[in-house]
Parts: sequence; C-alpha cells; structure tokens
Amino acid sequence: MKKVHVQLTLNGEPAEFLAEPRQTLLECLRDNLNLTGTKEGCGDGNCGSCSVLLDGQLVTSCLVLGVETDGLRVDTVEGIAKGSTLHPIQKAFIDNAALQCGICTPGFLMATKSLLEHNPNPTEPEIRLWLANNLCRCTGYDKIVRAVMIAAAEMQESAQ
Amino acid sequence: MSTPQYSLIGTRPPRHDGADKVTGRALYGADLKMSGLLHGSILRSPHAHARILSIDTSKAAAHPDCRGIVTAADFPATPERIVDLGEGETPLSYIRGNMLASGKVLYEGHAVAAVAATSAQAAAEIAKLIEMKYEPLPCVLTAPAAMAPGAPLLHPDLRCKEFGQPTTAPSNVADHFRQVMGNSEEGFAQADIVIEREFTTSTVHQGYIEPHTATALWNNDGRLLIWCATQGSFVVRDSVACMLDLPVSRVRVTPMEIGGGFGGKVPVYVEPVAALLSQKTGHPVKITMTRREVLEGSGPTPGSFIRVKIGAKKDGTLVAAQAYLAYEAGAYPGAMVSPAATCVFAAYDIPNQTIDGYDVVVNKPSTAPYRAPGATNAAFATETVLDEIAETLKLDPLDLRIRNAAKEGTRRADGAKFRRIGCLEVLETMKAHPHYSAPLGEPSHAAAQRGRGVAVGFWMNAGLPSSCTLNVHADGSVGLIEGSTDIGGSRTSIAMQAAEVLGLQSEDMRPSVVDTDTIGYTGVTGGSRTTFATGWAAHDAAQDVVRQMKERAARLWQVEEVQFANGVFTGGEHKLTFKQLAARVGEIGAPVVGRASVNPRGAGGSFAGVIVDVEVDMETGKTSIIRFTSVQDAGKAIHPSYVEGQMQGGSVQGIGWALNEEYFMSAEGRMMNASFLDYRMPTALDVPMIDTAIVEVPNPVHPYGVRGVGEANIVAPPAAIANAIHAATGHRMRHLPMNPPSVMAAILRG
Repeated sequence: MKKVHVQLTLNGEPAEFLAEPRQTLLECLRDNLNLTGTKEGCGDGNCGSCSVLLDGQLVTSCLVLGVETDGLRVDTVEGIAKGSTLHPIQKAFIDNAALQCGICTPGFLMATKSLLEHNPNPTEPEIRLWLANNLCRCTGYDKIVRAVMIAAAEMQESAQ
Repeated sequence: MSTPQYSLIGTRPPRHDGADKVTGRALYGADLKMSGLLHGSILRSPHAHARILSIDTSKAAAHPDCRGIVTAADFPATPERIVDLGEGETPLSYIRGNMLASGKVLYEGHAVAAVAATSAQAAAEIAKLIEMKYEPLPCVLTAPAAMAPGAPLLHPDLRCKEFGQPTTAPSNVADHFRQVMGNSEEGFAQADIVIEREFTTSTVHQGYIEPHTATALWNNDGRLLIWCATQGSFVVRDSVACMLDLPVSRVRVTPMEIGGGFGGKVPVYVEPVAALLSQKTGHPVKITMTRREVLEGSGPTPGSFIRVKIGAKKDGTLVAAQAYLAYEAGAYPGAMVSPAATCVFAAYDIPNQTIDGYDVVVNKPSTAPYRAPGATNAAFATETVLDEIAETLKLDPLDLRIRNAAKEGTRRADGAKFRRIGCLEVLETMKAHPHYSAPLGEPSHAAAQRGRGVAVGFWMNAGLPSSCTLNVHADGSVGLIEGSTDIGGSRTSIAMQAAEVLGLQSEDMRPSVVDTDTIGYTGVTGGSRTTFATGWAAHDAAQDVVRQMKERAARLWQVEEVQFANGVFTGGEHKLTFKQLAARVGEIGAPVVGRASVNPRGAGGSFAGVIVDVEVDMETGKTSIIRFTSVQDAGKAIHPSYVEGQMQGGSVQGIGWALNEEYFMSAEGRMMNASFLDYRMPTALDVPMIDTAIVEVPNPVHPYGVRGVGEANIVAPPAAIANAIHAATGHRMRHLPMNPPSVMAAILRG
C-alpha cells in the first residue's frame, strides 16, 4: 500500500516520516524515525512500556496509528532531558534506584511526566492509580512511587 | 568477630548505566539495526499435542517478500547424543525439538517453522502461508494426570530414571528420586501431632516486560555472530554451538541490555532459529517474540502437586517430615524438582525426613527457571502446614519456627550440612519487627476481615565461574570488563567491590559487559550468583592491580617494600595516591591490567521471611495486601538500594503468584489468557509499599561476606498470604492462585 507522508512536532522540533497506513506510532518511532527509546512489551496496550505524549495526552503508542499523528505533537523519552541536563524525574529515578532492568522505565517516565503536569503534588494513592497502566516486573513499584514523590517535591521547590 | 569497616561497600552510589536507561539510549536486543537486516517470524502449533503429518512451504516460499524458510529438517544431520548444557543430561533431539518441533508438537505454541522476510510484518504474514497438516492427539496437562496409568505419552522413548536407575516401561515421569534422612515413620510415631495436606499450584510465568529477541549473522568468514537478550551469553554460545554442531569458538554472543529475565532468559528459544535463517539467506536475521509467543512459547515455571506431612511434639519440636513433590516439566524433562526437594524443609532442623521428587512431562511449554525455581511451590505447602501445627499447639508461629530453625551444622535431607546461615537471625528480626506487634487496623468496610500471616523461605544460591579484567587508565579511573548481563544494577555492585580494594569511588569505575570473545567464561546471571561470584572476581582482579601497582611504585622509588592502604601507596618517605601513581605508570613500565577468574563453592544460602497483613472481602473473596514486610539475610549488602529492590521485586512477584497469576488452560491444552490483560500481574495499584529489613550474617567464604539476594525473597510470600487469609477468614487455602473465586469457594464451603 502507498505510504503516507506525516508531518508532526516531535520532541519540540518539526519532523516528518513516511508511514504505511497499518503502522503503529510505536513502529514509526522505532523503525521509521530511529527513536528506539520507546519500548514494546506487549503490543496491545496492556504494559505501558510504549507510553508517549500525543498532544500532551498520555497514550500507548502501540494503539495509535502513525498516520494519526499528522499535524500533532509527539513527545517521547528522548525529549525529556534538556540538552545534557537530566529532567528532575529522570534524576529521581536514578538516585532512588527506581529502575532495575530499565525496559519499562521510558514508559514510567512519560507517565510520571504526564501525572505531574496534571497534578504537581500527588498523594501515594493518586500516583499508584495513575501508574497502574504501566507494568514493572522488577521493582515491586515501591522505589518508583517514592521516586515520583521525590521528583514532585523537587519540581515544586524549583518552581517556587 | 568485629565488623570490617568499608568506605564504599554498603553505600548507594548511582548506577553506571543510569543515564542511558532514563534517556532511552540504552540498547536492548530489539533496538539493534544492521545493514541488510531481515526479520524472522515463527509459525507455532495451535494444538497442545499432535503428530505433524506434513509441512508444505511452497506457497510461503513463492511470496515476493520471502527470503528463506527453515524447519527442524534444517538442523545439521547429527546422530542422537546426550548433552549437558548445565541443566542436566538431555538428548540433543529434545533440546533441538523445543526450538523447532520434529515429528510431533507437544504444546500449543510449539515452534514448527520460521520465515525470514523484508519486514517483521511480512514475515508474520508469510508464516501463515505455510500449510501444516496435523493429527491431533489427546493431551495431559497436570502431573497427576500425566502419571496416571494409560495417560497419553509425550515421548515414546522416555523412560523413568527410578532412584538413579533406568527402567523399561514408557512413561511421562522422567525422574523419580528420593532423599532420606533418619527414619520418618519412626519419627512420626514419636510425634504428638501429625498433619498431612495436599496442595496444587498453577503454572505461572516470569513475566519479564521485554519479549525474547535475537539477531543472528552467519558471517562470510564462517563465524556465527549473535546479539540477544539473555541472562548468560556463554550459555547461549554453548547451546547454539551444540544444536548447530559448531565448535564453541565459531559462535560469538553479544549480550544486549536485557529487559528482565528472572530465570526465563537462561534458556535459548529464537537464537538458533535466527542463526539457521541467516545461514539460509546470507543476511542478518532478527526474531523478536510477540507477548503471546512469550506466554505460549517460552518457558513458564512448573505447576505442581505436593503432599507434605509434618510431625511435632507438644512443645513444638519437629520430629519428622515427608514430602511428595510432583512437578510439571512441560513438554521436555527438567521440572526443577530437585531444588524443590533441597528447599522444602531447609529452614528447619528435622531429624527424620523422606522426600520424593517426580519430574513429569505434560503438554505445556517446556518450563524454565523462575526465581528460586521449585522452592516457592514447596514452601507454600511446608509453611502452611507449620502454621496449622502452630495453631493446633497454640504456639506463636514465629516461636515454632525459631525453636526448629536450621543453624550452622544442621543437615538437610540432600546430605548437605549448613555452614554459617542466617535463618535464626531472619526469624528473630521478624519477631522483633514493629510490624509483627502492630495492630491490624479496622477493616475498610463491614464485609471485610483482616488477618496477619508469616512464612520463611530458603534458596541455596549458586557459585559458577566468573571472570573480570581491570584496565588502569592514566587519569586513575579503571575500566572493568565482565561477562555478567546486568539485569538490576550489578555493573555497579560488582564495580564497587573492585573500587573498595583500590580505594576508589564508584564513579571512578567504567564497567562494561562484553561479548564471549572478549572476557573469560562467565556463568549465567542467575542463582543469585552475580554480585557474589563476579563481584568476587572483581575483588580478586583489584588485588592483582594493587600487586602490579606496588611493583611499579617500588621501581619508581627504588625501594624494596611498598604499602597500600586507604587508596595511598607508601614506600620509605614516598607517598602517592592511586590516581597519582596511575598517571605515572606509563613512564615506569607496562600498563597495569588486573585480572581474575573464580569458580567459587560455598555460595552461602539465603533465608527470607515475610510478615503480611491482608484484608479479605467476605462477599467477593478478593484479597488485598494491607501491609507487607520482607526480611532477608544478604550476608553483606554491597549496595543496599539494590538489595531492597530485589526483596521488593521478589515480594511483588510472590504476591502476583499468590493472588492472581496462572496459565488458564482449556481442556484441549490451549492457554485462554495469553495476554497481559488476562494474565494479570500486579500493578502499582495492587500493592502497598514493601518494607524491607536487611539482615547481615556474613558468608564466611566471600571476601565481603556476600550471599546472593535475588531469589529467596519470592519463596515465602504465597505461604505467608495463605496464612494471613486463614487468620482473616478461618479458611485454609491449598491451591495457588488464591484468586477471588477460590477464596469465595472456601468461604462458601464454610
């Protein structure tokens, strides 16, 4: 089938790619745009490893078609850091051992970014509810939840 | 014994691969790109048990995007032989048979053929064009069913090894062994109370988030190069070389970053298939499993049927125990029932024991290790029977365990005698923990009831070979080369053990996990051995560096004796720090390259206990975890955050195993829940914070006292939760998972 020309804003910069209409956004990111930071764990929207922001909305990119992103804004794990400076969420994940194997980490970082944009000061139950779309099999979630709380406090403090 | 003082061991520096893993730059197997890369897809059996009548690949081969097709017929013609790849003696045909089926398919999801094509999508479409003709056969799905007279046989050539001796009749039981210590019948005769119960546990999966993936290139120089997600690059090398009849050095395996394993990425699945496709096409070929393929086609951990009988005196002294352990191996022998036998009563000093183990093939995927393989099922039985004994004798369940705890010198039924272990210290830590005496709190609604349970588990841990090379750089940093795949921060916990010797900081170390050409043989990241054994090699390699640095300093200063302490070399009135001396190595002599390899014995088993509070909804049978404390003997916690992380991760996997996870099989042997939607692993919302208490009873043989901590923590949770459910509801649970229907059934039975 003929490929479709897609233009979008990717991590804040203009980008374009040719997509087969059947290709998911996850495939387009990884295969067409060479952004392999977004991971595939299940391919059916249940593990959250491929989470990205689509026009600011948290989505699993395996359930979005690449062609649907034409004209939209897509943010991935590759765009979280500001140049060579890690985002407070990234730093909190490293400093608090919130990752072990790291395969789910890009998805958790995107989900956390989205959470803190909606709710800068979440409670533990609010964090657990928001992150329930993302599976982690290594950590038991304890250190992830704590890292999110620490990142939130850090971001609140630096915003003041 | 005074506690050694360390400057770096026991601190929590950031991991060396942290930045790569939070920016998406870390390269996992599926991220690999390569010139001329083709994509493979595997066709799998829809039947749990069937004879393959024919495979017609002509339509598939005619597709314009098809570049090659392989089946079991593409393995080199090799006479049958018995091989041992570290998991016991196995016929070569069984090992190959699990990669690509030959003659029969033995489980739904069994690979039968594979296609290489220009894209993964095309490969999957083309694989569907392969025309298979099957003759379906009756299937068996549980150990008791497979052991029953007249059960359908999976392998017509399989004969039971009975007490180590071959037998003659075809059987689904590959092995029956017995361990005897004392006389359990005489022991039971002395007991005031004897309790015997039967248990069943369902098949569960390790559930790593990254699917299996491998890229193979059969290069034009005759070498086979493989990049894959594995817990052991040398195991992949040796397995693939064996299956493809190559000398091991013809194969080079590069371990990519790995997205979880828990034992499930010890065996190979797609590597030899990708290699055969590469050989056929002349291109590199990547195969990445889908999630459904992971659940149906890779190894879960055994379901089991267990009977445990324990006898005790009135005062709680345990006098005799028997266990009958029938474990489902899946399609090929190897159910890890032997470690189950080692662990089933390991926490206790019981003079009279008889343990029978059965390794039983059934029409499910060939099983793989899963975190303390075999031990969790066994502890579910032992620890709930002990809870019943404590209840009957009106003893505190921890007091009962403390009274009988295994100590240095206690003998197990497998003959081994414990060296210094921390079983008692773990139990005493649990008893003294504030959680154990804290109020349960009010149930959240009128139909809810709360209860507290405890249990303890054991895993013996492994040694196995490890190698390490250290390169001292002019700026005083040290490159550390090792072969242990890093699944949870082991680069750092290994590097810290070298840095401590050198008086350096963790950030002075540059650890790399490299391919099988570049480092000496290193066993799997498994058996809780990596921080223990590869860390030991790093420690010894650092001592080699110190020896060479002293020699350089002696030459520089023209002195006989050079001392090294706290990162400073001294000789006469001369003094240089490690970094200062490193800067001058170039002017003194040859570069400093330290190396060491180890093959340690005395891994030093680890004990781990759980205190758990649950709330059971008496109207729905749903169990919620209210509070959870994991206590484990680490020997010495090199990096306490990573030790806690192992304890928390193992605990939550144990919670999933206890409450939700199972292969839900139809009568025809089809897995009805082969997705993460229906194979329901715990989410952040399903669990509370997991409190940890690290106990440190140093392993006397290790330079820093390390015991492995990766596995023992999953053993106790299902038993502890079962005991807590009993405390809440008055009902004993004897089947895993204890999901709402099974808890509700127990409540309704009354």
